[in-house]
Amino acid sequence: MSSKLNQSMSLAKPDAQDISTKQKLALAIGFIGFFILVLALFNTNFSNKSFFLTLSLVLISIGTIIFSNDAYLNTSKGIKNDGVWFKSISSRGVLGWLTGVFLTLFYIVLYFYPEYLGQSSNGESNTGLIGLFDPLSNLLSGRPATQWFVYGTLYTVAILIFGYKFILKYRNNKYEKLRTFSVMFFQLAFAFLIPEFMYRLNSDLPYYDLKSIWPLNYYNFERYRINQFIDAGDVGLGLLIFGIVSIFIITPILTYKYGKRWYCSWVCGCGALAETVGDPFRQLSDKRQVAWKIERWVIHSVLVFVILMTTAVVYSYLGNDSSKYWLTRPAFLGLVTTFLTLVFVLTMVFKRKELGKDAIYGAIGYFVVIIALIGLHYFSTDTKLFLIKSETLRTTYAFLIGSIFSGVIGTGFYPIFGSRVWCRFGCPMAAILGFQQRLFSKFRITTNGGQCISCGNCSTYCEMGIDVRAYAQKGENIVRSSCVGCGICSAVCPRGVLKLENDSMKGRINSNDILLGNDVNLMDLVNQK
Amino acid sequence: MDHIVIIGNGISGVTAARHIRKHSDKQITIISAESDYFFSRTALMYVYMGHMTFEHTKPFEDWFWKKNKIDLKKGFVKTIDTRNKTLVFSEGDNVQYDKLIIATGSKPNKFGWKGQDLNGVQGLYSKQDLENLEVFTPNNTICKRAVIIGGGLIGIELAEMLSSRNIPVTFLVRESSFWNSVLPEGESQMINKHIKKHHIDLRLSSNLKEIISDDKGKAKSIIIEETGEEIACDFVGLTAGVSPNIDFLKNSDIETNKGVLVNRFLETNIPDVYAVGDCAEQREATGNRKPIEAVWYTGRMMGEVLAQTICGNKMSYNPGHWFNSAKFFDIEYQTYGWVNSHKNKSDNESHFHWKHDDDTKCITMAFDKNTNQFLGINTFGIRMRHEVFDRWLTENRDIDYVIKNLSEANFDPEFYKHYEREIQKTYKNQLQLA
Ligand SMILES: Cc1cc2nc3c(=O)[nH]c(=O)nc-3n(C[C@H](O)[C@H](O)[C@H](O)COP(=O)(O)OP(=O)(O)OC[C@H]3O[C@@H](n4cnc5c(N)ncnc54)[C@H](O)[C@@H]3O)c2cc1C
Ligand code: SF4
Ligand code: SF4
Repeated sequence: MSSKLNQSMSLAKPDAQDISTKQKLALAIGFIGFFILVLALFNTNFSNKSFFLTLSLVLISIGTIIFSNDAYLNTSKGIKNDGVWFKSISSRGVLGWLTGVFLTLFYIVLYFYPEYLGQSSNGESNTGLIGLFDPLSNLLSGRPATQWFVYGTLYTVAILIFGYKFILKYRNNKYEKLRTFSVMFFQLAFAFLIPEFMYRLNSDLPYYDLKSIWPLNYYNFERYRINQFIDAGDVGLGLLIFGIVSIFIITPILTYKYGKRWYCSWVCGCGALAETVGDPFRQLSDKRQVAWKIERWVIHSVLVFVILMTTAVVYSYLGNDSSKYWLTRPAFLGLVTTFLTLVFVLTMVFKRKELGKDAIYGAIGYFVVIIALIGLHYFSTDTKLFLIKSETLRTTYAFLIGSIFSGVIGTGFYPIFGSRVWCRFGCPMAAILGFQQRLFSKFRITTNGGQCISCGNCSTYCEMGIDVRAYAQKGENIVRSSCVGCGICSAVCPRGVLKLENDSMKGRINSNDILLGNDVNLMDLVNQK
Repeated sequence: MDHIVIIGNGISGVTAARHIRKHSDKQITIISAESDYFFSRTALMYVYMGHMTFEHTKPFEDWFWKKNKIDLKKGFVKTIDTRNKTLVFSEGDNVQYDKLIIATGSKPNKFGWKGQDLNGVQGLYSKQDLENLEVFTPNNTICKRAVIIGGGLIGIELAEMLSSRNIPVTFLVRESSFWNSVLPEGESQMINKHIKKHHIDLRLSSNLKEIISDDKGKAKSIIIEETGEEIACDFVGLTAGVSPNIDFLKNSDIETNKGVLVNRFLETNIPDVYAVGDCAEQREATGNRKPIEAVWYTGRMMGEVLAQTICGNKMSYNPGHWFNSAKFFDIEYQTYGWVNSHKNKSDNESHFHWKHDDDTKCITMAFDKNTNQFLGINTFGIRMRHEVFDRWLTENRDIDYVIKNLSEANFDPEFYKHYEREIQKTYKNQLQLA
């Protein structure tokens, strides 16, 4: 761009900062790799697929690595946000929008028109992009690639190379480094390699990414999977039990000890993508209070939806005869109702005060679910629940939430809405973890007395759109259900005000009107209410 | 109903307004000539560096003020007629008040240098200063070199800002080492090195003689007093401290010195007129504090206290232990209690200093030579807990106790390397030497 004098007096919007020659070279290398994929997409017949696939992925990786090295290794350790709001890609400029459109289109094709990517139907061999990935898929699991294998591979490669970039960017910060190693590991091992190997060992097993927990993998308890689990014998049964234990036992314990971050920013694949590939976009999240209001409505609605949907689906394949199998339809509904009631009553008894006005919404949510469950029992036939087929409920959820929300909007719109739109507004798992984090967890972000200067770095870089400053400048700890514990607010704070930590539950939520440092009498007078 | 009028929408005025609203339903008007809404001055640098947009610097959303019935008025107060309780604006209109709070902040110092009012010469304080930076230093083709005069906290921020756009910076510092009027020698020298590592042309013991104009009235070079050297530049940043922004009070009955003189209740000599924040000057300072405290949190605390007084619960400004923080490029700095520079410290004040080999972390603890009482700590590159040091200072802990329990005060993010052991070892060795 030209370096003309910008007389418009617009606040700080200078011409974009140029990238170095080395970075341009790196981009070129990366794009050549990418171009091979594009060629494949247009059905170029590569003589040696393994070679070109390897070449492509290697070039993309090398490009990203050279770019990252040049961007970060030559500079001192510290916060690297210079020019974030001047760069087109990270400030909703032309590049940002173009990337957004490209990603969105990619997701639409991936979910709804895989044949354009070369996915074969009825037993023919794959062509196009998916065909290019056949050798790799064969190597790992001994079967040809699918659109999901291609997506999984690209997803994993993206997390690995952008994870590398992230680690260099935050190399002054050990929390960030460890957390990123962790998500890179879980993605590579648990989401990518282990399921493929499991298939090799026992092809009856359904694809199971062990770290993906219901309700994130909303399909885990569907009939076909249950059948597959059971058909696969002891291992399958073990996996099924592990799925149930994950959400009902492991998750609550870890969330109690560490907050939802143990999952959202150390393990989860969606989180992994958001934290690595999505890192340049974290500042785009909406910080307004209305966004927070919408968030709470939407995410809890999704949670209600997924609970009802899963219950309906399981209900639909259970029987009524308790002599055949102990878990009958009424027994199952009874279980679900009891469990929900227990959670509801315990929360209302012990945490009523902390919920404040939200209690009423919680109550509404609870009663909607319970009434729906009762309705389920009385108005359902064998095939229809509530006059709606459970299958319809399931496909609607899969379409709206599983595809459109988590993929198309959640990732496609990274450059527009920021990197954690799905995690913030849509993920039912996040809703459950968040609920517990708010009420029964040792985790909080501690505010350092009166040191906050209200600069707003923390709020700007919170990918969940939490107005961290609003708490920090009041000397109040941040205990928010949506906080994924990424630690970036703490990293970017220039005054050392924020610390993520696990400590006792007592005094975790502390709202102060007068901060530490002022007259002791005044602090006492105003703060005790 | 009382009409409370506040001149200045900075942290001190806004905090006063918010707390008055919390405790009463008085009519409140905040006046500012600078911006429509309260923004955080401390974040100006991040806007220039592209970390944030100006929008992000606003701690409250725009609807907040209306919702809380705090009226905002844009305008410059030209004079105050305290007898008729009237403010006169330069736009010609006026406003009546029942109680007046002066919270007009600071302005950059200019010491009568030749050329100090040329184009391309400015301080860094206001939103307008930021806009002018965008005109004179948008990039390194328009600004081939910038010179910064004055080595304080704002000077080093300006240096970081300009170098974020690859503009070469010469940094003239009067002192023999960066900020050593405040920092002990070891720390000050570590920061010198750090500044140079960021490719800043740091000139110590250098004063500005004059700024030379080109034929269009814009700065083209500066001359250094000591050496007579002329340095060509397109921009000169004046960051030799700030002083209260109270010129408009000159002809009023309100008593001023450097700032608006106030007693412990933040009252001026005129009834119903108060002053808070940077522009207030205490008739008698609190403890070791200066009569004028130009920092963020003291402005906030004065606002908190004055709101009590105005709402009928008369309270004096009585701040607790001193603390503060800053950042020098990549190195964060926090201080709790008092650690004086070598020049300023009393005979009783002894220092224990520890520095990490990598020159990015160090601490200095001050203690009383005779009683061993812990007086304060400067910490660089290691975050410490305010609450813990505040408690230790209140409990009059001795230095041995503080060293022994240092890990309790650590506030670094999880998994960070801890240095308490090293520090304790150094402390023991120094004791044996002494
Ligand atoms: C770049 C920079 C970085 C800083 N960083 C830190 C930091 O890290 N930590 C820290 O503790 N402090 C820092 N400070 C200092 C801190 O910002 C100030 O102490 C604080 O903002 C003072 O607040 P205030 O409310 O007293 O006044 P101000 O924020 O200055 O507000 C006064 C307002 O009154 C308006 N005004 C003045 N006269 C009139 C008039 N006659 N009519 C109408 N309006 C008028 C002004 O335009 C201004 O808007 C920094 C300051 C700057 C400039
Ligand atoms: S509050 Fe901090 S740790 Fe939590 S999500 Fe936001 S930036 Fe991450
Ligand atoms: S917590 Fe830190 S980053 Fe956030 S507003 Fe306060 S000083 Fe700025």
